[in-house]
Amino acid sequence: MQLQSMYQEIILDHYRNPHGRGLREPFEAEVHHVNPTCGDEVTLRVHLDGDTLADVSYEGMGCSISQASVSAMYELVVGKSVPEALETGEHFMTLMQSKGDASVAEKLEDELEDAVAFAGVSKYPARIKCALMSWMALKDASARALAATAAPGTHPTTPVGGDKA
Amino acid sequence: MTQTVSRPGAGARKAPLPLDVEAIRADFPILSRTVRDGKRLVYLDSGATAQKPLSVLDAERDFYLTCNAAPHRGAHQLAEEATARYEAARATIGAFIGAPADEVVFTRNSTEAINLVAYALSNAATAKEPEFRRYAVGQGDEIVVTEMEHHANLVPWQQLCERTGATLRWLGLTDDGRLDLSDLGTVVNERTKLVAVTQQSNILGTINPLEDIVARARKVGALLLVDGAQSVPHQPVDVTTLGADFLVFSGHKMLGPTGVGVLWGCYEVLDALPPFLTGGSMIEVVRMEGSTFMPPPQRFEAGVPMTAQVIGLAAAVEYLQQLGMDRVQAHEEALTGYALAKLAEIPGVTVIGPPDTVARGGAVSFTVEGIHPHDVGQVLDDLGVEVRVGHHCAWPVVRRYGVPATTRATFYVHTGYDDIDALADAIREAQRFFGVAQGEVS
Repeated sequence: MQLQSMYQEIILDHYRNPHGRGLREPFEAEVHHVNPTCGDEVTLRVHLDGDTLADVSYEGMGCSISQASVSAMYELVVGKSVPEALETGEHFMTLMQSKGDASVAEKLEDELEDAVAFAGVSKYPARIKCALMSWMALKDASARALAATAAPGTHPTTPVGGDKA
Repeated sequence: MTQTVSRPGAGARKAPLPLDVEAIRADFPILSRTVRDGKRLVYLDSGATAQKPLSVLDAERDFYLTCNAAPHRGAHQLAEEATARYEAARATIGAFIGAPADEVVFTRNSTEAINLVAYALSNAATAKEPEFRRYAVGQGDEIVVTEMEHHANLVPWQQLCERTGATLRWLGLTDDGRLDLSDLGTVVNERTKLVAVTQQSNILGTINPLEDIVARARKVGALLLVDGAQSVPHQPVDVTTLGADFLVFSGHKMLGPTGVGVLWGCYEVLDALPPFLTGGSMIEVVRMEGSTFMPPPQRFEAGVPMTAQVIGLAAAVEYLQQLGMDRVQAHEEALTGYALAKLAEIPGVTVIGPPDTVARGGAVSFTVEGIHPHDVGQVLDDLGVEVRVGHHCAWPVVRRYGVPATTRATFYVHTGYDDIDALADAIREAQRFFGVAQGEVS
């Protein structure tokens, strides 16, 4: 079976025991992203300290790939600056576009840590969106959080309760 | 109609199938290819799109090889021959559903056919011609759908209501996957302009009892549109006894080509509707100040039509007629009974939809405890079993039954017991792979 190349043990571990799951406060932006072809969903919050991602919290439902991806992303980006995190996201995008080319995965091993295990997903076009959903949500939420913190008092996209803490 | 009721747990029995599966498979070259490193292709996704027999491909190719021209234009010999073939195909396809040719409008697919009706109803409100205003929809009017509809028979009606100020209402579902008709008398009322309902659910497999809905729609003077995308390919459908004003279906789900669908409409109703798409070949007289339009069906067929696809669809209809739609239905019913019994033997598998074959077609949706449908589908695919996963363009249905998505197997004329055995084996393999296999029930 080729399945093991996609369902790496690291991915299944993240799926069964997700890291950082649960919505937490404080946060400056919350977004809800869906994968309309299959109904995978993630709600993701970003809390900034300056331009550092002090916390990324989330709830979601969906397949193992989508849920493991957000867990691996959490491990990877919390503590990074927004530009660093977005750069990591670009690396992940490159990995997803690699069509199973092992040399791409090798080069990105340091940058992507556990997330490099998703290399096998790149061979299955229908599943790439599942893996990318949380990264798209992070990009969206970070941009909104930066906009919100740049203009304090205006939280156009933040639900009630977002600035309680 | 014979009805075989499967008894879950009673063991799956292989009664002789009404269709000769091996002979039929020989007509579908794609079924002899392999997938995922040499696995036999087990195609259980006909509900999304059907595979095509050689006779359909040959009919399309023959048209292009011998008489390709734009029908209903030009006076040369090729144009005459193309027009004759196109109109002969219309007659063949009409006869398949008991309709005269002039009640058959070709569209791109069921989705476009439904949009055609929805836009005609809002265009009627602003038509300058009084004869086109009869079915105008506006504020205070109501459109009724059901919670079981494919997005194609829901979103166009939501949009019609947004354009016109009409109100959308719907009939709900029961826990066992049937339409809840307990409030039919209030939901369909004097304000109802149109009721749109599927004849067979693409996700639950439910075949809806249309008689009560027809009677109620007639009583209040509402139009009735039946979505036949999942029924016309799988069971005999006759518009002379259906009781509807419109029936829509797609060619590609009934062994025909993509890019062709059908809107059947009662002539009197079609004739009172303004056009949806406008342009060439649907006009009577064109002046710079304005234009008049052809009678149906030409009024609704703007532009050069999908001639080869229509001819291909007629070949598909002839293929199905040779098998016999009664036998097609009986074949799928036997397969469905067997599949329901096989799935009932696997602990952790839950069928979403009617649990037996009473008023039920061959769309079997299920969940596997502990494994997301996407992951189920991935393991099945690795074993050559091609099914659909997700919400099947019927998001309200999966929401209604509290699941994020389902895995769906659908059957057709080339499906055999071996395909369903392969499905059941693959589900067990998925359970082993994800470590959620439970003890067997026997």
